[in-house]
Amino acid sequence: MKFAVAVFPGSNCDIDAYRAMGAVLGQKVEYVWHRATDLSGFDGVILPGGFSYGDYLRPGAIAHFSPLMTSVVRFARGGGIVIGVCNGFQLLTEAGLLPGALLRNRGLTFICDTVHVRVENAGTPFTSRCAAGQVLRLPIAHGDGNYSVDATTLAAMEQKNQVLLRYCSAEGTADDAHNPNGSCANIAGVVNEQGNVAGMMPHPERAAESLLGGTDGLFILGSVVDVLTRRDHESCAC
Amino acid sequence: MKARVLITPKKGIADPQGTAIEQALHALGFTGARGVRMGKCIELELPDGDPNSARDALARMSEQLLANTNIEQYTCMILDEDV
Repeated sequence: MKFAVAVFPGSNCDIDAYRAMGAVLGQKVEYVWHRATDLSGFDGVILPGGFSYGDYLRPGAIAHFSPLMTSVVRFARGGGIVIGVCNGFQLLTEAGLLPGALLRNRGLTFICDTVHVRVENAGTPFTSRCAAGQVLRLPIAHGDGNYSVDATTLAAMEQKNQVLLRYCSAEGTADDAHNPNGSCANIAGVVNEQGNVAGMMPHPERAAESLLGGTDGLFILGSVVDVLTRRDHESCAC
Repeated sequence: MKARVLITPKKGIADPQGTAIEQALHALGFTGARGVRMGKCIELELPDGDPNSARDALARMSEQLLANTNIEQYTCMILDEDV
């Protein structure tokens, strides 16, 4: 099993993601430059946080047209596992792989904090290690994390269990007092309809070792490893 | 020819920057200022030719890149040389 960590000019969580998947979770992992187009041999792609292309125009807007993203879109449409964190989430919405958009935070400040999020759907490849309703403690660091989606799309997403994570209290209450950035319905992470593409503003790769202040990120990154390992074994069995 | 694309948040989409600007205007005494929406203005040059095809090109640029039509609306303008 091998993971790709995308590197755009301005990515800044690529090394964290590489370390979490490699040194911590023991998987093969490679950096893939934004000009690359070949994703053959990879089982999962991580679009890391940062400020790709300086966030010019809109976060993720320019990166969406990089050569690598054309391949990532093809990889995702073919059922490949793609996880976008922070700027990666913004990029996935710009690319149309996930619904909605990320607006400037309510309050306009860049927020660097540790928050609680509730797992809304434990039946995805990104949450298989979690229980439904489980509360994770994860870092956030963003200026544009205010998730926005129209009411019709949100209703369809709720019906199809596409809301992955919601900002909440330590006890799991998702209310406005525990909504750091003004996100619609406290949404912190979503998954596509097919369940193979996820985006989230919290950083699981920054909570992958106790030295970093927590290991709850492994519930998410480890879930992906578990699911792909099972998939590997199933395909070997034939 | 010179062209301009104005991009603003769609009606109903939260605009924290617009809200902050409106509050600042009120603090300055412009208490009648309402409905402030903060957007972007992109200016560019296109080869001289048919203004209609230029407008078509601007609309395609806006749809594909300049605006995120989930959250933003755009207006395309062809400018006179002296504007």
